[in-house]
Amino acid sequence: MQKSVGDIENEIVEEFELFDDQMDKYEYIIDIGKKLPALDAKYMTDDFLVKGCQSKVWLHAYEKDGQLFFEADSNTAITKGIIALLVRVLSGQSAKEIISSPLSFIDKINLRAHLSSQRSNGLSSMIVKMKAYASAFS
Amino acid sequence: MNDSIRSQFPILHQHVNGKPLIYFDNAATSQKPLAVINAIEDYYKQYNSNIHRGAHHLAQMATEKYEDARKTVAQHINASEREINFVRGTTEAVNLVATSYGRKFIKAGDEIIVSEMEHHSNIVPWQMLCEEKGATLRVIPITDSGEIIFEEYLKLLSEKTKIVSIAYISNALGSIHPVKEIIRAAHEVGAVVFIDGAQALPHKKVDVKDLDCDFLGFSGHKVFAGTGIGILYGKEELLEKMNPYMGGGEMIKSVSFAGTTYNDLPYKFEAGTPHIEGGISLGAALNYINEIGLENISAYEDELLAYGTEKFLEVEGLRIVGTAKNKASVISFLVNDIHPYDLGVLLNEQGIAIRTGHHCCQPLMDRLKMEGTCRASFAFYNTKEEIDATANALKRAVKILS
Repeated sequence: MQKSVGDIENEIVEEFELFDDQMDKYEYIIDIGKKLPALDAKYMTDDFLVKGCQSKVWLHAYEKDGQLFFEADSNTAITKGIIALLVRVLSGQSAKEIISSPLSFIDKINLRAHLSSQRSNGLSSMIVKMKAYASAFS
Repeated sequence: MNDSIRSQFPILHQHVNGKPLIYFDNAATSQKPLAVINAIEDYYKQYNSNIHRGAHHLAQMATEKYEDARKTVAQHINASEREINFVRGTTEAVNLVATSYGRKFIKAGDEIIVSEMEHHSNIVPWQMLCEEKGATLRVIPITDSGEIIFEEYLKLLSEKTKIVSIAYISNALGSIHPVKEIIRAAHEVGAVVFIDGAQALPHKKVDVKDLDCDFLGFSGHKVFAGTGIGILYGKEELLEKMNPYMGGGEMIKSVSFAGTTYNDLPYKFEAGTPHIEGGISLGAALNYINEIGLENISAYEDELLAYGTEKFLEVEGLRIVGTAKNKASVISFLVNDIHPYDLGVLLNEQGIAIRTGHHCCQPLMDRLKMEGTCRASFAFYNTKEEIDATANALKRAVKILS
């Protein structure tokens, strides 16, 4: 049974509560990125690039049995960790759930505040892109 | 150097992400001493007024201070006041010359020479001019260590060469180019030379007569003054021959619908109400660095560069990009295959400001076959302790990212 977006978000918030030091949080984000399954090279093209990110993010989505699955990669370790978090929360959910989710975990783990504005814009771009995929499949 | 100097820069005394700020992004912009901050404050508190018109006291005072600043700039680079044009920055200086000189004197078939390691602002205006006029942009190649290949430059020079435009010091790598020799060779074929002095003015004495450059541009904000102000120096006889850049108030002698006559130098290129407090802040900044002495500044920064190079190389896997023999206090580097952005974020998390990316030098990055670098650039208010702290922070970041 697929966990709900809210449940996964709560898990992530709890995991991040273990760290006092921001550097440790980054280390954890980077580790999450390292565990992200590799994206097929055929999707690492400009067509799959998320626009508005300072670093490169490739995002591919497909539908299976009413659920939407995401695969992604990035050329920088921190961004890869961030997209991996988003994939963990949103991949396998229904299009409706993806579109309506406010993704409040991002502010709860204090991610946005510690990313420079351009990166933060990049984070928004990733979310917009994932929701756009969901709209296209719904 | 140092505690007394650091006390003059209020911005340095703060914490970022819980750590003391270490500001190593001086090649992007410099911090401002109290002398500059106070000059701007005094202007608005005591004598804000439009200049060069109005007989009242404030207008006279503002005019005097603004023109004093021009005098300070002229003395600083050994030029006459008529040759000092206030502009917005180096970018505007290049564009002004490309437009006012280039449009008048460049013809189809002419050639303009730049180097492979120029900032975009010293490439794009010339490309635009070449496109408009059917001229050709030629490029001086560089070595892997980041030095221009002088023999190749000499081969590019011919009677077709009309303009050579080159940075005194590379913003991305810190290489100091042999501009005096470059200028001399260009003059032998009758070309004029624009020197992008943006990175040079903060670090060393620049004497336009000694260099014999035809034009020199630099930005106030990189030399401890406010933003939005810069200088275009041009030899008087060249400025006289050029058309105005922008039309408007201040740059005219008389206006009628039958025809308008232009003002004398330097006002011919200064249409509109200028950036008055910016100009005044530039005068204050140059006075401030002259009090410390540019020789002292250069010597201390050389020390920081040598120390920083040694300390950074202690970080496992770190390689320095740009190892010219003659270098300013800029260290561009990469560590293993770690992306510069990742290092930038993790240094910022430890209170350290460096620049990451292509440094507005995409052709240079293409030449070096890299997307970008991390760049630490030192000013005279930086310390060896800050370099130690940065080397340690780098080691921690690299460990996390490996």
